[in-house]
Amino acid sequence: MYFKTDNLSVGYGGKALIKNINIGVEKGKILCLLGPNGSGKSTILRSISKHLKKIAGTVFIAKEDMNSLNSVEVAKRLSVVLTEKVAPELMTCEEVVATGRYPYTNHFGKLTDDDHRIIEESMEAVSVLDLMDQEFTHLSDGQKQRVLLARAICQQPEIIILDEPTSYLDIRHKIELLGILRSMAVKQNVTVILSLHEVDLAAKLADTIILVKDNTIFGSGCPEDVLNDGVIKTLYGIEAGSFNMLMGSVELPRTCMSDSRVFVFGGDGYGTRCYRALHKSGISFCTGVLYHNDVDYQVAMSLARQTIFEKSFRPISDVIYEQACKAMLKCEVIIDTGFDLDGETNRNRQLLELAYNTNKSILSLRKQTLKSKAEVQQFETIGAMINSEKLKLDSDEMSSISLCS
Amino acid sequence: MLKEMKTDNFNDQMTTELEKLNRRSVLLMGLLAVAVVLTFSFCVGFGSLKIGLDELIKIIFRFGDYDPVLSEIVWDIRFPRTIGALLGGAALAVAGIMLQVFFRNPIVEPFVLGISSGAVLCVALVMLGGISLGFGAVSPMGLFLAALLGSSVVMIVVLMFATRVKDVVSLLVIGLMMGYICSAVTSVLQSFAEKEALQGFVVWTLGSFSGFTWASVRIIVALCIPIFGSLVFLVKPLNAFSMGEEYAMSMGVNIKRFRIFLVAITSILAAVVTAFAGPVGFIGLAIPHLARLLFKTADNKILVPGSILMGGSVTACCDLISRTILAPVELPISAVTAFIGAPIVIYLIMKRRTSL
Repeated sequence: MYFKTDNLSVGYGGKALIKNINIGVEKGKILCLLGPNGSGKSTILRSISKHLKKIAGTVFIAKEDMNSLNSVEVAKRLSVVLTEKVAPELMTCEEVVATGRYPYTNHFGKLTDDDHRIIEESMEAVSVLDLMDQEFTHLSDGQKQRVLLARAICQQPEIIILDEPTSYLDIRHKIELLGILRSMAVKQNVTVILSLHEVDLAAKLADTIILVKDNTIFGSGCPEDVLNDGVIKTLYGIEAGSFNMLMGSVELPRTCMSDSRVFVFGGDGYGTRCYRALHKSGISFCTGVLYHNDVDYQVAMSLARQTIFEKSFRPISDVIYEQACKAMLKCEVIIDTGFDLDGETNRNRQLLELAYNTNKSILSLRKQTLKSKAEVQQFETIGAMINSEKLKLDSDEMSSISLCS
Repeated sequence: MLKEMKTDNFNDQMTTELEKLNRRSVLLMGLLAVAVVLTFSFCVGFGSLKIGLDELIKIIFRFGDYDPVLSEIVWDIRFPRTIGALLGGAALAVAGIMLQVFFRNPIVEPFVLGISSGAVLCVALVMLGGISLGFGAVSPMGLFLAALLGSSVVMIVVLMFATRVKDVVSLLVIGLMMGYICSAVTSVLQSFAEKEALQGFVVWTLGSFSGFTWASVRIIVALCIPIFGSLVFLVKPLNAFSMGEEYAMSMGVNIKRFRIFLVAITSILAAVVTAFAGPVGFIGLAIPHLARLLFKTADNKILVPGSILMGGSVTACCDLISRTILAPVELPISAVTAFIGAPIVIYLIMKRRTSL
């Protein structure tokens, strides 16, 4: 292990909060701490970076005890990007990045040509070269974070520690920042230790993941092995709503638990958008028949009142089809999201045709409708469909029901 | 090929840009140095008593016949006073800029943090309480040591609090309270003091460079010049501190050692001025900001020497104003500096988008 902690205990004012931390990461790999707010991620990071006094234990960088290194030697090996906002007035971005050269310059802090070259390279690496002469305090949060990363890179460390670097960043800047970290780890063999709030991003970025909960190390290892829906639910104590690791998506808690009056024909990913829209309006719904490997299945399991599904790569069995018929017939409104109608023995098509032959109201998002006698309302957009009278009445009734109960 | 040329071009542009900035700074520094020389000659030349230019030149170069009384005024009153004001102002400006960078707060200075009040308290003990520290009644050295004791104690207490409270507003309030406590004790001492001693003390607390003698000039020169010289080595960690203490630490700044230097330097500088000129407000606060406005940089390599030159000349000017504008009545120096300093504080608060 290139970086390693040996029975490290961390905490404040001499009191250990988290004891016996044994974590490690190889050179050029990314270690990510995950955990809810206040779980102790920052405490661990700050103890490693020496901003906080360790309570007990040892931290090793390349087999060297960090305690045996003086502050300049540590600075040459390890640099940081902190959560704390800095507002150095009148400093240009170049000057901010140049502070990273501190451990290398002489007593007077004179920057050599080499230093200037490294400053430029670091700024180039995070594409902020064009901001060079701009005042740091005038930048946007995303730009600031990148300049601070350039500063950390400029220190030419072997390890970079970042405490929640993606807070305040929009999705594009998050992706860019984490992409830079990844390429630094791969290309320059820099070891990265960071904490993140975004479970999905962490899983995609990190080589090793450490789960921190209630001041204990809750689990660690390769994110692909460690993280699953259950672990994340316990880690963050999610009671309502859900997180789907496979999709990397969050679903909000169900708002309506009454019996569903809407049946949605999903499949091929057409269902998902409709599920979310119904869910937001507080309309309970059933959906089917989905295949187990359909993306709609993942979302439906979190949001639908009832999901009728069949195992992948086989025809829909009679049992499942009957189940679907029953559920559909109980509902008053049918939504056709426009799934694939092809195939000789397409039982979903069969089910839809059955629905058309009843007197239920049918809302269709399909571009070309099936020929039928039934009353079909055609919608271009989901927004229009959700606001239709048929569903409105429904949801009003429901809210009155849920109010009564 | 094209890309290469582009970057080359870019690099050239960069270097010229940098050179321009440096040239500007050097030019401004030269102007400030000229200003110091001019102020010095004005301060020696002007006063409540009019001395003609030819007479003045005769006195300074000690040739021909001149009035020995006037000579005494120039040599023993105006010269030490001017040197005192120049160095004293520079000292306050340096203390101010160091505190501002360290606490990352634009409105701290020795006066605001109660450091000057601590010095005043200890000077009061000497002047009113008759605690002589073994230096005879009120010798310059005794005054300075007393002031140093007071300022460093307050500085250390404020620093101790500073490590506990993270937000600057709390720190300012603590500094103000320290100031109040010191002033309270001082006023208790005043009420018990003998009338004669009290009058001298009250005049001193108003702040004036009139009390400078060659003896006190010797002390201020012996202290300030080496300290100003040693600042060359402190500019690098000061620059690192612009990014905040946590970043400074991660860059390899030895925080403990830097703190000790900070306490030592700011207390000595605040003490030496307070001991001989009384508590002088606003210089330490306003000068670093004026320097930042003038040089348009946060680089302490430029700001520190800039503040020294600017602090010296502005303070000497204020002193000149205080003793000539309503002559023969002499205004307290703090009254004059407040006219410059207070508007700057208001301007800064209005300009900052974030709160203090």
